[in-house]
Amino acid sequence: MKEIVKDIRRWQKQDKKIAVARVIDLDGSGPRLPGAAMAVTEEGEVAGSVSGGCVEGAVVLEALEVIKNNKRHIVSFGYSDEEAFSVGLTCGGTVHLFIEPLDW
Amino acid sequence: MNGKTQKDISIFDRVEELLNEEESFALVTVVKGPPAGEKMIVFPDQKSGVDFEGSLGNKDLDRVVSRDARGELAAGRSGVRNYGESGEAREETVQVFVESFIQPPQLLIVGAVDFTAALVKIGKVLGYRVIVCDAREIFATTQRFPLADEVIVEWPNKLIEKTGQTFGPRDAVCILTHDAKFDVPAIVSALATDVGYIGVMGSRKTHEDRIKRLQEVGVEKEEMERLRSPIGLDIGSRTPEETAISIVAEIIALRTGRSSTSLSETKGPIHD
Repeated sequence: MKEIVKDIRRWQKQDKKIAVARVIDLDGSGPRLPGAAMAVTEEGEVAGSVSGGCVEGAVVLEALEVIKNNKRHIVSFGYSDEEAFSVGLTCGGTVHLFIEPLDW
Repeated sequence: MNGKTQKDISIFDRVEELLNEEESFALVTVVKGPPAGEKMIVFPDQKSGVDFEGSLGNKDLDRVVSRDARGELAAGRSGVRNYGESGEAREETVQVFVESFIQPPQLLIVGAVDFTAALVKIGKVLGYRVIVCDAREIFATTQRFPLADEVIVEWPNKLIEKTGQTFGPRDAVCILTHDAKFDVPAIVSALATDVGYIGVMGSRKTHEDRIKRLQEVGVEKEEMERLRSPIGLDIGSRTPEETAISIVAEIIALRTGRSSTSLSETKGPIHD
């Protein structure tokens, strides 16, 4: 969280809508621990990270939805070797994220 | 008084404020169940009479969760916990995420030498609060170590005796003076603390000589096993920067209990 506060403040001054995604839980192996956070603006600007780059793209899309619908929820990304192009952690774990609008 | 928060300041404002002040606290967020998104800030102990600020929307839930969050905070853990609507155990209506913010670990570097500057840099990259201590005023200056959080002119053993009770398993002391006059008393006082890592720089010969001196002042063999001397992992470091990497790698490996071998040579999960 600490590393994204500055960017969030800058975006707030520009009156941008923001969503915050945080890793809350991991099943198995995962690159970033609970607490890893990422902020996304309505324009798709990004600060921070929640994995080693495996799921960031998908998180941005989810975050944009959250901003649009103003609804917070848990999103999970696991590894699936059947669908070669599906989004997931290459290390085989599942990461659970809580994505919410920054209205607090 | 519980659960009161100043009206004109948001939870996010408060989080920013506490982060800037390097306070320890837990941010609790309801992530599932009614009322998702509700938040509270929990302190390690009563902070001017306040256990927590904000509310999860139910008094009983607040009480139970703040107590549990305090436990997580003490252990420096972040993760999810499940409750019933009024904080009942063994129910899963409400899931909360407890995010612990704890003070950064400390890295005390004894000796203001060339290797110190590099280790200060790497220590800051890893998020340590870095303190440099040397008894020699001309070497221990903030100009030489601009990135250090503190540069202290003092006999290192005296400083450790004064502040050593704040050291815990996450903290590290690196003694880089390789001068027996400073080393030996600094090691003795560091051994009296609960610090997780004590590394001491020097050649194999210096190390042998140091062991003798420590024996002379009555340090037991088992105590000496706590010392990482010569300091660092054997990765063939030459420059101060390379040496700093070998030192912090050793600190990390000691904390995690991992093998320090190349992952290509080992099997099993990469992350525990």
